[in-house]
Amino acid sequence: MLPAAGPARGKRHGSAAAYLRYAAVKAGGAIVSLLAVLVTGFFLFRLIPGDPVKTMTGGRPISAQQLAEYRKEFGLDLPLWEQFTDYCGKVLTGDLGTSYQFHAPVIDKITEALPNTLLLTGTAFVLYTALGLVLGTRAAWHRGRFADRFHTGLALTLYSVPSFWLGLLLIIVFAVGAGPVPGLFPTGGMESGGKHGLDYVVDVVHHLVLPVLTLVAVEYGQTLLVTRSALLDEMDSDYLTTARAKGLRDDLVRRRHAVPNALLPTVTLLFVNLGRTVAGVILVETVFSWPGLGGLFYQALSVPDLPLVQGLFLFFASAVIVMNTLADLVYPLLDPRVGRT
Amino acid sequence: MSTPDEHGTRGSTQESPRPRVRRPAVAAGALALTLAAAIATPLGPAPQRAQAAPNDKVLTVAVAQSVDSLSPFLAVRLVSTSILRLTYEYLTDYDPGDGHPVPGLATRWSYSPDKLTWTYTIRSDARWSDGQKVTAQDAAWTFDKLMTDPAAATANGNFVTNFRKVTAPSPTQLVIQLKKPQATMTALDVPIVPEHIWKNVTDFAKFNNDKSFPIVGDGPFVLTDYKADSYVRLKADKSFWRGAPKFDQLVFKYYKDQDAAVAALRKGEVSFVAGSPSLTPAQAASLKGQPHIRVNDAPGRRFYALATNPGARAKNGQKIGDGDPSLLDERVRHALFMAVDRKTLVDKVFQGHAAEGRGYIPPRFSTYFWQPSASQELGYDPARAAQLLDQAGYRKNADGKRVGKNGKPLNYRVLCHATDPNDKAVGQYLKEWWGKLGIGMSLDCLDNVTDPWLAGKYDLAFDGWSVNPDPDFVLSIHTCAALPATPKDTGATDNFICDPTYDEVYARQLAEYDTGKRAALVKQAESRLYDLGYMNVMAYPNAVEAYRTDQIKSIETMPKAAGNIYGQDGYWSWWSATPADSGGSSGGGSTGAVLGIAAGAVVVLAGAGVFVARRRRTTADDRE
Repeated sequence: MLPAAGPARGKRHGSAAAYLRYAAVKAGGAIVSLLAVLVTGFFLFRLIPGDPVKTMTGGRPISAQQLAEYRKEFGLDLPLWEQFTDYCGKVLTGDLGTSYQFHAPVIDKITEALPNTLLLTGTAFVLYTALGLVLGTRAAWHRGRFADRFHTGLALTLYSVPSFWLGLLLIIVFAVGAGPVPGLFPTGGMESGGKHGLDYVVDVVHHLVLPVLTLVAVEYGQTLLVTRSALLDEMDSDYLTTARAKGLRDDLVRRRHAVPNALLPTVTLLFVNLGRTVAGVILVETVFSWPGLGGLFYQALSVPDLPLVQGLFLFFASAVIVMNTLADLVYPLLDPRVGRT
Repeated sequence: MSTPDEHGTRGSTQESPRPRVRRPAVAAGALALTLAAAIATPLGPAPQRAQAAPNDKVLTVAVAQSVDSLSPFLAVRLVSTSILRLTYEYLTDYDPGDGHPVPGLATRWSYSPDKLTWTYTIRSDARWSDGQKVTAQDAAWTFDKLMTDPAAATANGNFVTNFRKVTAPSPTQLVIQLKKPQATMTALDVPIVPEHIWKNVTDFAKFNNDKSFPIVGDGPFVLTDYKADSYVRLKADKSFWRGAPKFDQLVFKYYKDQDAAVAALRKGEVSFVAGSPSLTPAQAASLKGQPHIRVNDAPGRRFYALATNPGARAKNGQKIGDGDPSLLDERVRHALFMAVDRKTLVDKVFQGHAAEGRGYIPPRFSTYFWQPSASQELGYDPARAAQLLDQAGYRKNADGKRVGKNGKPLNYRVLCHATDPNDKAVGQYLKEWWGKLGIGMSLDCLDNVTDPWLAGKYDLAFDGWSVNPDPDFVLSIHTCAALPATPKDTGATDNFICDPTYDEVYARQLAEYDTGKRAALVKQAESRLYDLGYMNVMAYPNAVEAYRTDQIKSIETMPKAAGNIYGQDGYWSWWSATPADSGGSSGGGSTGAVLGIAAGAVVVLAGAGVFVARRRRTTADDRE
C-alpha cells in the first residue's frame, strides 16, 4: 500500500528497513546457532566412551564378520571427518540416519512420536498459558488480597511439586479410584486401540485428561508468577495514573494499557515454553506411558542409540532456536524500542 | 505504592464481568479440545486394522519394554521375541513340565550315524494364516536366509553357524547338514517364516514387519495391529493345529512406569502385569490379598551373580583392560566368595523373593541343575576367607588393610547397573563384609555398563542371565572360542573366562546326543566353573508377577508345578489362558470414555464456576 504523505512514507520506509535489518541479524544468528548445534551434536556424542556397535550388540553373540557389517552399515568404519561431512550432507536432505535399536530411519521415529507430544504438550500449553495469564493479571491487580495470596501460594506449591509424583497421585485417585472418587480415566497410554472415527477421538481425549491436568498444574504457576511480577512493575507507572486521570475505567486501564506493556517477559517465557513443547515432558510422558518424543529420547540415551540421540538433540535444539528467533522477531512489534536498539 | 483498594474501587458497572472471565477460559478449553481432536484424528489407525468385536474375550498384558522390531530376523528384546513366539512356530517346542523338546512344526526328528545330518518331518496339518500350507521348504528357506544374508542373521545367526547345508527334499522333509555334531538341534529357537511372503523383502536390515496387517504367521495368534509404544494386538487363530486359544484377543499394552502398570491391574484395565523383569517386593506386597488379584511368586529362570575379571584378554593373547591382578589368584577369588553371605542377601535384599544361589544353572532346569557337594562348597566363612588371603600373601597392615607384596592395598572397583536397586543394595553388603576382611571397594554404578565391561575395565561386576531349557548358550559364553579375536573386536564372551579344561568338557557335551550323558557333562562343566571361582552365583531371583482372577480363570505356568507366566519358552501361558466367567479385561469402553470426559468437563466447569462466582463477588464489591 502506498503511503499518503511524503514524510510519513520516509519514516515508514525507514522503520521497515530497520526492522528488516534487525530480522536479518536475528535470522543470521539463528543459522549460526543451528550450525553450532550440528557440529556440537555430532562431536559431543562421539565423546561418549565406547564403541556404539559394541554397545548395541553387547550381551549377545556376534561374529566379527557381522560386527564389520554393522560398522559399514552405519558408516562407522570411515574416518571421523568423513563421517561428519557425510552426516552434514545427509542432514541437509532430511536424512538423520538409522536408529540402531529400532532398525528404522531416525526421521521416521521422530515424525511418529512428534504429533503425540504436540498433542499432549500443546493442549497443556494452551491451557496453562491462558490460566497463568488470567490468574497472574488478577493476582497483580489485586495484590495483597486473599485472591492474590491464594493463587500465588497455590502456584508456587504446584510449581514445586515433582510432576511424576503428582501424575502418580492423579492415577491413584482419578484412574484407579480412591474412596468415593471412582476411577474415571485410563491409567496410561494414548489410546485403547481398535477404535475408529469419533470413538477414536473421544478415546484419545479421555486418555489426555490426566496427563494434561498434571502438566497444567505444574506449569501454569510459572506463567502466573512472571505475568504477576511484570504487571506489578508497571503498576506504579505514570502513564497509568494519567490514564486513570483521563477517567478511563479501571478495567480498560488494565487491559489496554498495563497488560500490553507488561507482556514482554511473558512473551519471552511463552516462546521458551513453546520451544520446550516439542521436547515433551519426559517424566509426565513416562508416568502416563505417553508415546512421545520424551520417552523416545530416554530410550535413545539408555542404549545409547547414537543416530537417534543425535537426531533428537538436533531437533530439540532447532526447535528452541527457532522459537527464540520468533520471539526476537515479535518483540519489536510489541515494543518498537526493541528494534531500534 | 498502589494498593488493591485504590485500583479496585474504580470498577465500572457498564460491562458485565462474566463475559470477560469466561472468554479466555472458554476459548482455551475450546482451543484445547479442537487441537486435541484435530491432531488426534489424522493419527487414527488405518481402516484395515482389526477392531475388537463387542463380545470378544480380551486378555491384556502390561509390558514395560518397547518393541525393537516385529521382524523375526531383527528382534532381540524379550517383549518382541515373546510376541513373535506366539505368531510363528519353531521346529520344536519345550515341554511346559520339564522343558524337554516336544514336537512343534516338526513332528519327528532323527540324525545320521555320523551325527552330522538331521532329518525333520514337518507336520502336514499346519497352515499359514492366509490359508497356504506350511511346508519344509519354508523352513529351509528361513535357515538358508540366516546363513546367506548377514542382515537376516542379526537376531538368530548364532543358531546356524555350524550348518553346512539345509534342504527340503519333500514338502514334509527338512534336512540339515552340520559341520560338526551339535546337541542343540532340538533347541533351534528360530521362527520359521512363510517363504511366499518374505521372499519379496529386499533389505532385511530395514524391514520391520510392522506396516501391513494382519501379519501372516502360523502360531496360535495372528498379529493384527501394532502402534509403537502403545500396544500390540493379536487375534486367536481358531484353526491352530494344537487347538485354539481360549481368549479371542491378546493385547500387549505398553506401560513405561511399573507403578502405573500395577495401578492398571488394580483397576482391571489390564489382566496381567509382570514388571521388568519382576515386580518389586513392595509392589508384590501391595497386591497380595487384594480382591481378584493373584500374585505368582515362582522360582525364576535367572541367576544373579558377581563376576570377577579373570585377566581379560583377546584370542590373540593381547591383554584387555585393567583388571586387578590379585584376582588371578584362585585363593583370592575363593576368599571373596566365602565372604558373601548369600542367605542374608536373599532375606534382606530380595526380601525372600529369590532362592540362594549355588550352581550356574537354576534348579528349575532339573535335568541340568548342579550344586556343590559339602566338601566342595564355598560357603559363608569369613575366617576361612581371611586365611586364604593370608596364604595368598595379602596380609592385614597396621591400618587393617590387606596389602600385597608390592605394598598396594586391595581395593576393588565393582561395576553395577545404575538402574538395578538390587546391585546397589548388595554392593553395600559387600562393602561391609569385604571391609571386615580388610578389602576396600568402590561401587561404579552406571547406566551403560556394557562399554567398560567389554573393555575389561573392571575388577568385579554384577552379572546375570536368563537360562534356556537347553543350557548350551550360557555355557558357551565362557569358552575360549567366545573371546574377541583382538582387543578391537567384540566376542560372544560374557566375562573373558578361558579355561582349557572347561572348554574340553563343553565340547564333549555339545557333541553328546544322549540326554543323560550330556546332562552329566553339563554338570561337570558347572562344577569346573564353580571351582575356578570366577563367577559367584549369589541368588536365583523369583519371577514375581500378578494377574486378575476375575479375568483369567486359569493359566499355565512353566514349569507347570511352580513356574513363571511371562517370558516362557513357548506360548503355553497365553495359549492356555482361560477367561473367567466375567469375561476379559475391561480396557475402558467408549461409555467409560464419555463418562470420564464428562467428569473432566464437570471438574473444569466447576472450577470455572467458582472462578466466575469469585469474580462476580469481587466486582460486586467493587461496584459498591
